[in-house]
Amino acid sequence: MSEPWSADAAMSEPWSAGEREIRVVLPAHLRTLAQVNGEVRLDVAGQVTQCAVLDALEARYPMLRGTIRDHRTGRRRAFVRFFACQQDLSHEPPQAPLPDAVASGAEPYLIVGAMAGG
Amino acid sequence: MSDIRVLVGTRKGAFVLSSDGKREKWEVSGPHFPGWEIYHVKGSPADQDRLYASQSSGWFGQVIQRSDDGGASWAPVGNEFSYDGTPGTHQWYDGTPHPWEFARVWHLEPSPDDPDTVYAGVEDAGLFRSTDGGQHWRELPGLRGHRSGPSWQPGAGGMCLHTIILDPSSPGRMFAAISAAGAFRSDDAGQTWRPVNHGLQSEGIPDPDAEVGHCVHRIAMHPSRPSVLYMQKHWDVMRSDDAGESWHEVSGNLPTDFGFPIDVHAHEPETIYVVPITSDSHHFPPEGKLRVYRSRTGGDEWEPLTRGLPQEHCYVNVLRDAMAVDSLDDCGIYFGTTGGQVYASADAGDTWEPIVRDLPAVLSVEVQTLR
Repeated sequence: MSEPWSADAAMSEPWSAGEREIRVVLPAHLRTLAQVNGEVRLDVAGQVTQCAVLDALEARYPMLRGTIRDHRTGRRRAFVRFFACQQDLSHEPPQAPLPDAVASGAEPYLIVGAMAGG
Repeated sequence: MSDIRVLVGTRKGAFVLSSDGKREKWEVSGPHFPGWEIYHVKGSPADQDRLYASQSSGWFGQVIQRSDDGGASWAPVGNEFSYDGTPGTHQWYDGTPHPWEFARVWHLEPSPDDPDTVYAGVEDAGLFRSTDGGQHWRELPGLRGHRSGPSWQPGAGGMCLHTIILDPSSPGRMFAAISAAGAFRSDDAGQTWRPVNHGLQSEGIPDPDAEVGHCVHRIAMHPSRPSVLYMQKHWDVMRSDDAGESWHEVSGNLPTDFGFPIDVHAHEPETIYVVPITSDSHHFPPEGKLRVYRSRTGGDEWEPLTRGLPQEHCYVNVLRDAMAVDSLDDCGIYFGTTGGQVYASADAGDTWEPIVRDLPAVLSVEVQTLR
């Protein structure tokens, strides 16, 4: 594993101060599982990365652990995708900063179930 | 008279079917967890309102749901199934080593005397236990760690641990069955295991005395006679009279001895039920006739049960966990099909009626006889 996805490996930048409110859109099945309607708003401390957002999401909604990232490896599940600002961020490093528009709350971070039959 | 609750897992959700003891009028609740595959739902014998459900999805993985009110409401509990230590490898279809990878929970077996203790049989084959109502799961590694483990291979449906039987008269004794490794027994509450497959003959295994490699589809036991086991193997219906030490075939006059479920009458330990399926390449009943076969002699002599079941143009399958019995005086038998029907018989199989006809494909059926 080249990039740390797990909460234990995530390191907040020491210069980042305060919390930011991030908007997250869950796929329908995970909204049902977490018993939420519409967007989720999360306070994320430190640098706003995909890893930090998912850590905050799983801390608030523990029932989502293992449904987006593998429990053991922390890797994104194969049929889950991460989008924001019209970009597919699924293959971006988990510790890379998310776009400013996501960090500022102007745009949501989208967790998407890949299109597949069944 | 006791009420009946039938717990149905399907490809697209769970359903709870309820009736009084007459079993004539049914209330249907569901779908619970719509859109998710529900491999199994089972109630605790120690607390009839405590239910466990295995919910899974190709997108979002495994979730375990628990109800403390008989299925009226549910809450997710723990879903982390981590193999003990370094998982190692089993054999892949091509004979190469393949890492053990958790895929899903096939079967949940609650303890007979503690509502918070429940066992989970998973794919890739392993046995887990929770003692806190499903919040945390720990593997019982002695099964997967048996010296034969690296030689186990998956069946066509994956390498699943699908059967868990807890011997009510001997608390340390348990049975587990794996496709396609075979049957295993523990006499020390799951710490150590050994294969119990002597007498099984499996086409495709060159060694007629192979210790493992048998595609066992289901095992059933009557609680009053725990040394007698019945098995539906890939092909062959088998019986053991010595707690699995040896098996002999009891297919007798069945039209085909391929099938998936097998179950035992609640009050007659020698009365057993199977659903013959044409073959492993034709997963539907022979001649388009859906027939349950009953033996009142513990095997060998079988009679077809057809009244109320479709006897033409029927090409559904009945999966391994999709048959169950209630414990009313007139024993009820239930089974679900891949066509979405759940059939019930309130007279031990003599006559059948559908409770529902159009559910998603049925993966599992369990019954609770409510006190």
